[in-house]
Amino acid sequence: MATEKEGGLVFHPLDQFIVKPLFGDGAVHWYTITNVTLWLALAVVAIVALFVIGTRGRAIVPSRTQSIGEVLYGFTYKMVEDVAGKDAVKFFPYIFTLFMFILFSNFLGLIPMSFATTSHIAVTGVLAAAVFLTVTILGFVKNGTKFLSLFWVSSAPLALRPVLAIIELISYFVRPVSHSIRLGGNIMAGHAVMKVFAGFAAIAAISPIAVVSITAIYGLEVLVAAVQAYVFTILTVVYLKDALHPAH
Amino acid sequence: MASGTETTADAAQGSSGMPQLDFATFPNQIFWLVVTLVIIYFVLSRIALPRIAGVLAERQGTITNDIAAAEELKQKAKEAEEAYNQALAEARVEAQKIGAEAKAEIQKELDKAQAKADAEIAARAAESEKAIAEIRAGAVESVKAVAKDTTKEILSAMGSKADAKAVTAAVTARMKG
Amino acid sequence: MEGDIAQMGQFIGAGLAGIGSGAAAIGVGHVAGNFLAGALRNPSAAGGQTATLFIGIAFAEALGIFSFLVALLLMFAV
Repeated sequence: MATEKEGGLVFHPLDQFIVKPLFGDGAVHWYTITNVTLWLALAVVAIVALFVIGTRGRAIVPSRTQSIGEVLYGFTYKMVEDVAGKDAVKFFPYIFTLFMFILFSNFLGLIPMSFATTSHIAVTGVLAAAVFLTVTILGFVKNGTKFLSLFWVSSAPLALRPVLAIIELISYFVRPVSHSIRLGGNIMAGHAVMKVFAGFAAIAAISPIAVVSITAIYGLEVLVAAVQAYVFTILTVVYLKDALHPAH
Repeated sequence: MASGTETTADAAQGSSGMPQLDFATFPNQIFWLVVTLVIIYFVLSRIALPRIAGVLAERQGTITNDIAAAEELKQKAKEAEEAYNQALAEARVEAQKIGAEAKAEIQKELDKAQAKADAEIAARAAESEKAIAEIRAGAVESVKAVAKDTTKEILSAMGSKADAKAVTAAVTARMKG
Repeated sequence: MEGDIAQMGQFIGAGLAGIGSGAAAIGVGHVAGNFLAGALRNPSAAGGQTATLFIGIAFAEALGIFSFLVALLLMFAV
């Protein structure tokens, strides 16, 4: 960490994640309108603006916003179709909802002074748990007990299979944990690092370096925001494929 | 370690530690997240996605139609080109025919004219030959007459009486030789 | 050093956990490098494997994020 100045170098890298009520100073009840609510609502507004208002022309030759929407649609549709197969296409709206929500939340979180909703384990945990539950229930409904063959690696030697089954089982239940922490951790790490460098910028001697670093990290974070949304989505699709076609 | 960091840590611990692990805010976040997701899901699945799918399908249809139309036009252009080529070939054949005919006619006329000219030339040549032969015959006669006269004169000059018959025979023999 | 020994332990632990980020960086670089090597050998097959690439990078990076999380927990939450 940096050397101490007379004012005291104060880091509050995690203060940006504090959930506080938007109006007043009361306790945070489940129905309280907080900054989380505001930025979630802004994500909804952005999505509606792009996909409903942007495409209202239904033009054969698309406008700029409409072609952005179409590119996202085509990209996600192709991903679902390529990775999970034709019969996964009926889950496409579900996956597209996840993808768009995470993408827009990530980018909205990058606006200075904003609140990154996807940096919270509570948010990503719900997303990951929803995916996990959906995929597990779907696997059992579609395949019955044959879904358990996901854990029984039939291509391995018989003696190894119980061991592999335990490993597969553990890795299956670690999925939602890593799924949620990967997204939340990435976003939180990026924002915290930026805040730490912003703290360095208070020291005159290294402030130019700090500002340049913040710029560079910001660029990296833009990339991370898109890549993490993509990774979350494609892992969801891969899990969906496992549920639909459990045979290895 | 700087004491500033410690105070931060203390302050953070004092308030809530990591905000992400402040379980008191979890119900709030989860509630609003679920509301958000439901709204997004319904907006996307009811309004946006069918609309985009419709637009994409429509565009695909339009593109297919346009390509078909373009294909048709191309076919038409090809046909037109073929017809043009055929017409050109026909015209060329016609032109060749006409040319050949004209050439044959000209040749015929030329032949006729040449034959006529040949005949005329032949006639003239014959006439000329005849004239030449006459002239030559005339000349021989004249020479004979002159030779006879001369011989007669010489003989008379030499004092002998010339026998006309002998002189004539001698001159004729001489002329033949 | 005016803090107690437990706090010192926290900070040392956080620093050690930070090493994990570097290890994850090695892992991510390994994945991307091997992908590139394979893609240059067979460029026609590379396009279809970008999804696999991202999944691999995500798995490698998740573990680095775990170590970062441990560092954060030691610093601010324990």
